[in-house]
Amino acid sequence: MRQALHAEWTKLRTTPGPGWLLVAAIALTVALSAMVVAAAHYPFAGPDQVLDLTKLSLSGIQLGQALVAILAVLVISNEYHTGMIRTTLTAIPRRPTVLAAKAAIVSGVVLAAGAIAALGCLLVGRLIPPGHGFTTAHGYSALSLTDGPTLRAVAGSALYLTLIALLSLGAATAVRDSATAIGIVLGLLYLFPILTQAVTNPHWQRHLKQLAPMTAGLAIQATTNLRSLPISPWAGLGVLAAWATAALLAGGLLLHLRDA
Amino acid sequence: MTAGTITPDRSDLGAGRDGFAQLLRAEWTKFRTVRGWIIGMAVAALVTVLIGLLTASGSHCSANGQTCHPSVPVGPDGEAVTDSFYFVHQPLAGNGSITVQVTSLTGVIPPLTARAPAGQGQGQGPLTGGRPGVQPWTKAGIIVKENTSQGSAYAAIMVTGAHGVRMQYNYTHDKAGLAGGVSAASPRWLRLTRSGDTLTGEESADGTHWTTVGTAHLAGLPATVQAGLFAASPGYSQITQQHFGGETGTGGPTHATAAFDQVRLQGTWPSGAWRAEAVGASGAGDSSLDEFKQAGGTFTVSGSGDIAPEVVGSAGAGPGQPIERTLAGAFAGLIAVIVVATMFITAEYRRGLIRTTLAASPRRGRVLVAKAIVIGSVAFVAGLVAAAVALPLDTRILRANGNLLLPVGSLTELRVIVGTAALLAVAAVLALAVGAVLRRSAAAVTAGIVAIVLPYILATAYVLPTGPSQWLLRLTPAAAFAIQQSIPQYPQVSNDYTPVFGYYPLAPWAGFAVLCAYATLALGLAVVRLRRRDA
Repeated sequence: MRQALHAEWTKLRTTPGPGWLLVAAIALTVALSAMVVAAAHYPFAGPDQVLDLTKLSLSGIQLGQALVAILAVLVISNEYHTGMIRTTLTAIPRRPTVLAAKAAIVSGVVLAAGAIAALGCLLVGRLIPPGHGFTTAHGYSALSLTDGPTLRAVAGSALYLTLIALLSLGAATAVRDSATAIGIVLGLLYLFPILTQAVTNPHWQRHLKQLAPMTAGLAIQATTNLRSLPISPWAGLGVLAAWATAALLAGGLLLHLRDA
Repeated sequence: MTAGTITPDRSDLGAGRDGFAQLLRAEWTKFRTVRGWIIGMAVAALVTVLIGLLTASGSHCSANGQTCHPSVPVGPDGEAVTDSFYFVHQPLAGNGSITVQVTSLTGVIPPLTARAPAGQGQGQGPLTGGRPGVQPWTKAGIIVKENTSQGSAYAAIMVTGAHGVRMQYNYTHDKAGLAGGVSAASPRWLRLTRSGDTLTGEESADGTHWTTVGTAHLAGLPATVQAGLFAASPGYSQITQQHFGGETGTGGPTHATAAFDQVRLQGTWPSGAWRAEAVGASGAGDSSLDEFKQAGGTFTVSGSGDIAPEVVGSAGAGPGQPIERTLAGAFAGLIAVIVVATMFITAEYRRGLIRTTLAASPRRGRVLVAKAIVIGSVAFVAGLVAAAVALPLDTRILRANGNLLLPVGSLTELRVIVGTAALLAVAAVLALAVGAVLRRSAAAVTAGIVAIVLPYILATAYVLPTGPSQWLLRLTPAAAFAIQQSIPQYPQVSNDYTPVFGYYPLAPWAGFAVLCAYATLALGLAVVRLRRRDA
């Protein structure tokens, strides 16, 4: 397993794509967060409504996840495109080990990049809002990691990106082709919120929100009004973890059964 | 061995023709012989229909445990309308006119604390504990109407709460006259004249100098029409957007009272007696305060409701939905189309086929254009089939489930269906161009999806305030979804016209043009890069 990890790390380290994708993921996440936060002015809706500044500051994750998904998809589908997968599987014939090593390496780098991105978002959320009227006088305190829910949101966002990477890796292992895999992953992530709006039945809406990988997973970013959420923060992340596990299992099974 | 000429081996086949038609045929052959792409396009059409079916069958309207059967009056042009007001009328045979002086317009609006009950449209239920005030679009004046049933053709000239004198006809048309409110000190004279199918609205500030506000042609107006005075006041509503989901509404019905003096009739008025009646009494508004008083030459008319087009989230008949709600599945179809369109070019790079393609057809720009035409046409057909099946089918299911779907004219419905297909086609061209520029499938697919779908989600999911949401839907390719908007924004109806309720900042074809501009730009860039780089 150690050799497998080392091999995967070398592959990831020596191709220029992953590094750029991680940098772009961080940059775009923070950039979108900055735009969203800059657009918000106090009072956002009514003065009696508390705006979840932490969640707002972490909105950029919705864009960053797309780049993380590309990275994770390419880790496996590039090997299929180039035929490298045959070399890899010759060197390490135990296929679950290969997938596990890939999952471990991808999780590691995405977790690190996700943490940087989330902290960047937090910084944006700390610097911009006070100038837009979100001051202590109006009941808003500056975002800080010492606040339990904020810490959960920031750490949770990094974990969210990691789980998105694992989901993408699993999906890409199952379908092999990068375009199809990224289409499936982004479809899973972005379609549910749109469908939720299209359904008028409140029960269905609630269940869709609880099931959807993105909506449920991003519940981890909420810090206020937790009771009105369709799913609690950690349970929501759990739903995403279940999606990721299912994708990895499906990918692992197909990798085990099929010719490379 | 004798010396002789050596004839090189030549093929018996004539040289292939190098026309654009051949190029198109080559690209079409490439497309149709790859099973995955055909399946991908079929999937695009299928998911659009299936998701529509799922959301439609999952949307049941029920109030107090009973399935509701809402209905909405339909105007002369096929669009949903609000048509309830207090009408003091008598039949007018043939041509004629009414002239009045309006001396006051007052009203009652609900108390600030009134909350609309959940699941009920604003503007319904009794008006208790009201305070004085008029709505901006509270209206009273003269109306000539085909008959007293809801949705029939009409033309009216009126004074309004805050928008001066207006001439309105057939629900969607609105022309402005003199600005300013009306009072005993500054009354307004109004006149409405019928001459055949033509109705002319005139106004005057002094009763002697008249100006024409507008002219309406109501085709097929019967010889005898109902003409008289009316008063209406739309429901008051204030919708507060809640961050990250939902909105809370405050509101209730309102009431208007107008005083008319010097009522003069010309023409043939066979009955000679006024009849007062609440048109659409069961609809919006509170009719308990409706009344008509005649004291000497002064007529006082009190009424509630509105004569206007129905809008989504409006104060009228309740939670009506636009028909494009049935096309939510098009987003899934869009993603499938983007994947296939990207692969249509990136697969050539991956397999090295691009070198054969360019050897066979060295004019590179034309290759890309041929590809764009093929993939665009295929996506258009897939989208057209999907939308033409999904929209009528799901509309029927939703209506059977008790949902109120706002009807629109058949031309609008056609625009929504064809527009959805055109949106998929242009998105496919954009994806193809991005794929040609980036040459990497994963990056190109992501770029396509993120550029079109993500701005839509950000704009409609309560993440951003209304202003930035509208800018997103002006500047990004997501603007193209405006082509699906079936209920337009009417300045003469107060409403929350935000992306959350499906109102786009750009007109349908203007929004679509934004996507076309992006696609053209990307295709241009792709042609330039294809010419300059080695394949």
